[in-house]
Amino acid sequence: MAHTGISNKSPFRTATLWLIWGWLLIFALLPNILVIAVSFLTRDSTAFISLPISIDSYVRMIDPLYFDVFVHSLWMAGITTIICLLLGYPFAWFVSRMSKRWQPLLMLMLILPFWTNSLVRTYALKLLFANNGLINKSLLAIGIIDAPIDILYTQGAVIAGLTYLLFPFMVLPLYAVFSDLRNDMLLASQDLGASKPQTFWHVVLPLTTPGIISGVLLVLLPAMGMFYVADILGGSRNLLVGNIIKNQFLDARDWPFGAAASVLLTLAMAVLLLAYRASSRRIGKTDFSEVA
Amino acid sequence: MTESLLTPPTTPASANTDKVLLQLTGLKKTYDNTEVLKDINLDIQHGEFITLLGPSGCGKTTLLRLIAGFEQPSAGAIYLDGVQMAGLPADKRPVNTVFQQYALFPHMTVAQNVAYGLKLRKVPKVEIQTRVREMLAMVQLEHLANRRPQDLSGGQQQRVAIARAVINRPKLLLLDEPLSALDHKLRLQMQSELKRLQRELGITFVFVTHDQEEALSMSDRIAVMKDGRFQQIGTPIEIYETPANLFTAKFIGETNLFKAEVKGVYPEQPDRDGRVTNGRIEVEVCEAQVQDGPTPVRNLRRPDFANDVQVGDIVNLLLRPEDLRIYDPNDKEHGGLLGRVIESNYKGSTLDSIIELTNGHIIKASEFFDEDDPSFDYKLNEGVKVSWVDGWEWVLPEEDIH
Repeated sequence: MAHTGISNKSPFRTATLWLIWGWLLIFALLPNILVIAVSFLTRDSTAFISLPISIDSYVRMIDPLYFDVFVHSLWMAGITTIICLLLGYPFAWFVSRMSKRWQPLLMLMLILPFWTNSLVRTYALKLLFANNGLINKSLLAIGIIDAPIDILYTQGAVIAGLTYLLFPFMVLPLYAVFSDLRNDMLLASQDLGASKPQTFWHVVLPLTTPGIISGVLLVLLPAMGMFYVADILGGSRNLLVGNIIKNQFLDARDWPFGAAASVLLTLAMAVLLLAYRASSRRIGKTDFSEVA
Repeated sequence: MTESLLTPPTTPASANTDKVLLQLTGLKKTYDNTEVLKDINLDIQHGEFITLLGPSGCGKTTLLRLIAGFEQPSAGAIYLDGVQMAGLPADKRPVNTVFQQYALFPHMTVAQNVAYGLKLRKVPKVEIQTRVREMLAMVQLEHLANRRPQDLSGGQQQRVAIARAVINRPKLLLLDEPLSALDHKLRLQMQSELKRLQRELGITFVFVTHDQEEALSMSDRIAVMKDGRFQQIGTPIEIYETPANLFTAKFIGETNLFKAEVKGVYPEQPDRDGRVTNGRIEVEVCEAQVQDGPTPVRNLRRPDFANDVQVGDIVNLLLRPEDLRIYDPNDKEHGGLLGRVIESNYKGSTLDSIIELTNGHIIKASEFFDEDDPSFDYKLNEGVKVSWVDGWEWVLPEEDIH
């Protein structure tokens, strides 16, 4: 993209390009290189990091203590993603087939919670989930339960919190692919003899796969990183990869290990991005912008 | 085609061929209290190329969707080969559609698109391969079998869409403005291509368009629609030469209308030899200033509606631009309506002139270009006299709505 602009020698254009490239270099590329570099160094109690270069941090991730957290974190993030997908897919389909008058309103309502800080919203959930919180009180009042049930500090609370916070990120890319899905494709499939399930399987699903992958991308990885959700709602037993990274940098002072864990997340992101590209190319799209 | 031969004929095969394939009776469609289709009745013959023609919003696309099965009629019946289709969904009807935007599946190759219908019907793989190859050969796209539709040109995509539909050997192929997305030259090419395919396949085509030229050049019969009703159903020649009403007259081709007052109505009478002569009416053209000659009073063949016409009524004389003759105002041999040329366009084979009559009525005349006459052109504001050959006019009653 950049070289198309070079021929056009307007000073504003040049300045803008320098600014963008400079910004990306300093605030995106450089920090990532630093993180990767740190992950291959050795922990030092005074200067945080020191030579020699080693792959110890990556080896330590296989340690059951951490490996279990990774697996449990992936499990909770995975369940969150599946719930978001199962709810978000029909939701996005439904909204995209509504009259054009209602669509913007529904999408606005979907992103309205973003106006409140997610940390604040997580604390709000804590109030709902607590033993003397709104949910337990209501259930007690209608007589469904006799004693408060444990909601807070369970795996379920973390998954509920993550689902609540990340649901819009699943819906937005799905809504984009469903809006692009022309109705005559569905009619054509039916016209050629396909039943509704067959049309879904052969036409709708393949054409919305890019949306599914980018929705998964936007939910699964952040879900593994949202340490404050696990902190506030999960207690000590339901940790996320994000908690490990945070602990290593702030509490354990083991920067190389924290860096290695975050490189792992970045790699997972890269794999999903490649899958998205492949599926987009399959349905003939060259515009990959909706991941961003 | 072959399938109809395989099924045991309930009626003699010979009678079947020129029989009705599709019968629409009393078809109605209502959306939210709006009647989009009002009492549609139509018989379509085996192997016919029939065009539904009308302005946007006339209901032609809705009618096509009812035949396809994407929508169900509010009332009435759709018989295909004697079987009631109303109530059946699209996937249960032996009918296929070519969509306006083609609706090709972008995640499948050209061959996979064409094979889709056969795959759903669980046709053996080997047979699918042969039939897809044959079909692609027929539309001359074998070399593109493994491309994706979005990498093809508009004309090629169009042919894939047709191949994908007709490979299923439908009894009826529906085409929803399939040529509207193509540029003019390609459109003409695809028109003859479609005609060729229809002849080769022997499939009945129902073609929807708002382009009257397309309709005239391709169809066996045209059904002109307006406001959810058929205005006229007939061959292109019937529609063009003898329009049933003012709407059809104005919608098909270019039309000049001249008002005339009825002076006398003469019924059919046996002449001296005992033969029945055609009845006649006498009219006086009430357009513009008239100079010399036989106009304004003309003696015309009695139109079909003449029973409802009385002396003093106004009728419309319909004349196509190519029916008009233009004379010099000083020409003593010919009479005509006086006017002046306000625009004159050389079209290669014809010279098209816009003429304003003395009463302000604007008409259009189209004359074959005479290469032997270098002065054959009009100056702007040149005075002229407009006339036509008796008997070339088509008479229509006056209507309240215009």
